[in-house]
Amino acid sequence: MEPSILCYLIPSLIMFGCGVYGFITRRNMLAILISLELMLNAVDINFVVFNRFLYPGEFEGMFFTLFAIALAAAETALVIAIIINIFRMAKNLDISEISKMKF
Amino acid sequence: MIFDNILIYFVIIPLVVLGLLSLSKSIQQVRTVCVIGASLLVVLAAYLTYEYLAIRAAGDTSAMLFQGSWLWYAPLNIHLALGVDGISVVMLILSSIIVFAGVFASWKISPLPKEYFMWFFLLSVGVFGFFISIDLFTMFMFYEVALIPMYLLIGVWGSGNKNYSAMKLTLMLMGGSAFLMLGILGIYYHSAADGNLTMNLLEISKNNAIPHSWQYFLFPMTFVGFGVLGAMFPFHTWSPDGHASAPTAVSMLHAGVLMKLGGYGCFRVAIYLMPQAATELAWIFLILTGISVVYGAFSACVQTDLKYINAYSSVSHCGLVLFAILMLNTTAMTGAVMQMLSHGLMTALFFALIGMIYGRTHTRDVREMGGLMRIMPFLAAGYVIAGLASLGLPGLSGFVAEMTIFVGSFQHADMFHRVFTIVACCSIVITAVYILRVVGKLLFGPVQNEHHLQLTDAEWQERLSVITLIVCVAAIGCFPNFFSNIIRESFLTIVQVLPQ
Amino acid sequence: MEFSYSILVLALPLLTFLFLGLVGMKLSHKVAGVIGTVAMGVVATISYAIALTYFFGDGQGQIVDGVRQQIVVFDATWLQFTDFLTIKLGVLLDPISAMMLIVITTVSFMVHLYSLGYMHGEKGFQRYYAFLSLFSFSMLGLVVATNIFQMYIFWELVGVSSYLLIGFYYTKPEAVAASKKAFIVTRFADLGFLIGILILSFYSQTFNFLDLTTSPEAVVATAGGATFLGCSVMAWALALIFMGGAGKSAMFPLHIWLPDAMEGPTPVSALIHAATMVVAGVYLVARLFPLYLCEPGVLELITFIGAVTALYAAIVACVQSDIKRVLAFSTISQIAFMITALGVARPEYHEGVGYMASMFHLFTHAMFKALLFLGAGAIIHAVHSNEVKAMGGLRKYMPICNITFLIGCLAIAGIPPFSGFFSKDEIVVAAFANSPVWGAWLLAVAGMTAFYMFRVYYLIFWWNEPDYGHHTPHEAPATMTIPLVVLAAVSCVAGFFPFADYVTYNRVTLEHPSLLHNVMHLNWSAAIPSIIVALLGIALATKLYKKENAVPAKMADSCRNLWTAAYHRFYMDELYQFITHRIIFGLICKPIAWFDRHIIDGTMNAFAHVTHWASAQIKGLQSGLVQNYVWVYFVGALLLAVITWICII
Repeated sequence: MEPSILCYLIPSLIMFGCGVYGFITRRNMLAILISLELMLNAVDINFVVFNRFLYPGEFEGMFFTLFAIALAAAETALVIAIIINIFRMAKNLDISEISKMKF
Repeated sequence: MIFDNILIYFVIIPLVVLGLLSLSKSIQQVRTVCVIGASLLVVLAAYLTYEYLAIRAAGDTSAMLFQGSWLWYAPLNIHLALGVDGISVVMLILSSIIVFAGVFASWKISPLPKEYFMWFFLLSVGVFGFFISIDLFTMFMFYEVALIPMYLLIGVWGSGNKNYSAMKLTLMLMGGSAFLMLGILGIYYHSAADGNLTMNLLEISKNNAIPHSWQYFLFPMTFVGFGVLGAMFPFHTWSPDGHASAPTAVSMLHAGVLMKLGGYGCFRVAIYLMPQAATELAWIFLILTGISVVYGAFSACVQTDLKYINAYSSVSHCGLVLFAILMLNTTAMTGAVMQMLSHGLMTALFFALIGMIYGRTHTRDVREMGGLMRIMPFLAAGYVIAGLASLGLPGLSGFVAEMTIFVGSFQHADMFHRVFTIVACCSIVITAVYILRVVGKLLFGPVQNEHHLQLTDAEWQERLSVITLIVCVAAIGCFPNFFSNIIRESFLTIVQVLPQ
Repeated sequence: MEFSYSILVLALPLLTFLFLGLVGMKLSHKVAGVIGTVAMGVVATISYAIALTYFFGDGQGQIVDGVRQQIVVFDATWLQFTDFLTIKLGVLLDPISAMMLIVITTVSFMVHLYSLGYMHGEKGFQRYYAFLSLFSFSMLGLVVATNIFQMYIFWELVGVSSYLLIGFYYTKPEAVAASKKAFIVTRFADLGFLIGILILSFYSQTFNFLDLTTSPEAVVATAGGATFLGCSVMAWALALIFMGGAGKSAMFPLHIWLPDAMEGPTPVSALIHAATMVVAGVYLVARLFPLYLCEPGVLELITFIGAVTALYAAIVACVQSDIKRVLAFSTISQIAFMITALGVARPEYHEGVGYMASMFHLFTHAMFKALLFLGAGAIIHAVHSNEVKAMGGLRKYMPICNITFLIGCLAIAGIPPFSGFFSKDEIVVAAFANSPVWGAWLLAVAGMTAFYMFRVYYLIFWWNEPDYGHHTPHEAPATMTIPLVVLAAVSCVAGFFPFADYVTYNRVTLEHPSLLHNVMHLNWSAAIPSIIVALLGIALATKLYKKENAVPAKMADSCRNLWTAAYHRFYMDELYQFITHRIIFGLICKPIAWFDRHIIDGTMNAFAHVTHWASAQIKGLQSGLVQNYVWVYFVGALLLAVITWICII
């Protein structure tokens, strides 16, 4: 018997919740980036699952997931580059200290 | 093939110049490229006129000649649609001449001459593109292309309170564009009764599908949108500040050509596409433009900054353009285009001369100058000629334009039009007052400042720029029928759509 | 075409102007002056040929059924307004335009010649000749105009030439101010002219003089009885057109520019402000005379304005001390005579003698007033001052000038056999025919004319010799005296010309024109009183001013208020100054400029300020703390979800 859809959705929901919690509470930028990745992966799982369960003969969800993973890799590289630069400038990775981009 | 159409070269040449400019290394190269590009544009405009007249003489009476249309974006049915009638041809001649004169007037611009000329030619891309388009979207796009470089040209190369002026000019004109955008979208969504929406001016006019109720809303939107650029009261205040701060050639191009986009758009879009609303609502705008005409002239009388005087005089003269357009008959509208032509050339001449004088004396305050005729006779004589053209001396361009407007406006027999025509006529006296006041103060009389005695007269490139403009002003003034006929027969198609 | 060469009359001065204007500065003074003078001489010759052929040549269709025809030599379209209204440029020959050709080219040629001496060594000599050519071109174009709009075009051009020439000494602030004043005052009058043209052309749908004047009743009828403020629109149109003429011809109250215009070089005053341009208004009314006849009310207005101006200018002229001012006011007064003559002319009075008299006086006045001005120029050249105080006893030093000036004075005073007598006599006859009041009025003014002219004559040439120091006045060079002699000769004989045979309001010719017609047809009942009045005026002037004495000063003291008021020209300039500076500048221009800067622009700036203020208020929300944004986003998303949930349920 195939596992029900909830078996996939509940872990992904937990993953997403962890991501949100981490994103809001953590001060370290690298930790925030990791939280962001968690959220992204949770969404990827959802894509695959919904594709599998709702439109079994089609592959759009899979494609999107692959696309998102590729994008996430690029984005991570970019964000880490930015973080390294910020660190060089500010000698600090605490997000609450980095609030220059306002007004 | 798109390159078979002569019109597209009006956009391609400036774009090529832009490309070459970005590659050029020295100031000599920059100047060479600009002069060649600007001369090519003049030649092209002359050739276009010749071709146009030949085709008309052969008996082609269609509304637009050299038509071409290339699909650009299918879902919204946007085309790059080109076509010209006599009015556009005349405007293209005007623009090319002013670009030509402008290049020479900004010969010694600094700093960053290369960047300056790049923005300058980008601006001219917009101007030329606007006059050759007959598709609302491309028209609007080129309109915006012409507006944006203005901000940088004033903000970087301007003088005086330039940040404020650049910001004010851009924001007010953008505000106008916002109205215009609304109007254009409204027109687009009512452009056809059968659902084949189109942006093409000719098709929209042929479909004649815009409901009356919508016309009442869309006509004011488009008219005000273009009217802001045409310095219509009370949306004219960008003009004095903007012109005062702009560098010479930018003032020339802006007052000479860009303000004409406003007048051109008013009849090409607002009146041509919404004739019923135009006939019924014209009176409101007649009042506003009638005020513009005398108000600008009176304001000019007490200004002390040369550029402010000229900017207010532009408000008055451009007010007359819109005023005549709203008279909605062939003669007055022909006069309006003649006035655009005439004002474009003569105000460009004014700004060129003011720029040259300012470059020498480093002041634009008339109270601090005097007796320049003795010191720089060439520039002073040019200024007198520009002044005489502005106050309507026969034989120069201002006279023919104003007389055509007045005679045309007087063909309305009712009291309302009569009164406003006579009020507008009064401007010729007020114009004489402020022009002669400046001429008398600035050029004649004793020299005010001893240091001015060391100043020199115009150099060759300045002379070339001034002479070009003076020759054009005199040519229109002496042989007005040539231009008048080209314009008149094109207006017949526009006047035809108006309800009688 | 018989008269096709008449195009040269316009083309030559224009080419001279362009040539001298463009390359003049490269030429020497002498070459430029000679080119200008020779060109004008050629133009004068051609004009004489045209006029002689027109009046005396036979068989070219000038006279048909005893009426002199108006010949349109050519008429080229210049600018098309509507299907009917078209500005054409052309040449129209008829008695008055042929006469004007002679007047203008003669005086202009004399002035060109005279200026060779007078302007010798001046800076801008070439420019001066260029402007003179421009003026001659414009004035000739004005008189041969085939339509009213052509006239308006050249009307503006003469205005500008006048502006440029008055302001010739551009470093002198008075000259600059005077040129500006002249231009603006006449421009204001031209506004009336323009509106008049617009009204007239709207109803008649033509600019053409021939269409307007051949059937004036039909033209007036086109208005269909439309009225405005109680007068017919045609009357308004004609009155407004006359306003243009009144401005150019310096009629009260638009006369204020002419006395100031004397700041220009004296030959210019002679040419423009005495002989030619200032009579353009008279010429305009004469040109449209058939139309004016259909609106007698306007003619009465014209008579009234002319009569008032004649008296006003004569009174003012009696007390001025600047000789050019005296001449300027006498010009105003004499032109007012012509205007009045046109105003009183009716076909029923002596076959419209007023019209003929007006044109005749225009002709004779141009000659003797140019003579007087050129003479004054020679005097000013000799003593370097315009004020009579600096003159006196000059008859010893400048005999030619003395005699020619005296001839001029006799002519203007109306003493037979000089030309002014004949023309002025006809005007008085015409005025008496219309109404004894106007007749007596003009007679009185004629007496004053004699008085003030001889006053100034005696003050210059007799009175008492001031201390000339080592700078003894001397006779002017030949280039200046020749024109004086020529013009004096013309002034002596011009009166005997049978003018009435050639110029009449309906252009009907007489069967047997004779050279002595004027003398034979003199109306002695009017001539004798006018001679007596003139002699009285001269006698009074002789008594008061021949030798230096204290009587004039005592007389001035005895009526000090009147004298001061007249000396200040009855404060007309101050009144205008008040209106323009206080009212128009102070109460219109300045408030408008203020309104524009503070209210209109203030509103626009207020939009910007409000936007700026609002954004300053809310910018705190953009804290820069990423986690705050996420919180807000998160809470917002939750809220939306809840709302959606509630809505679905």
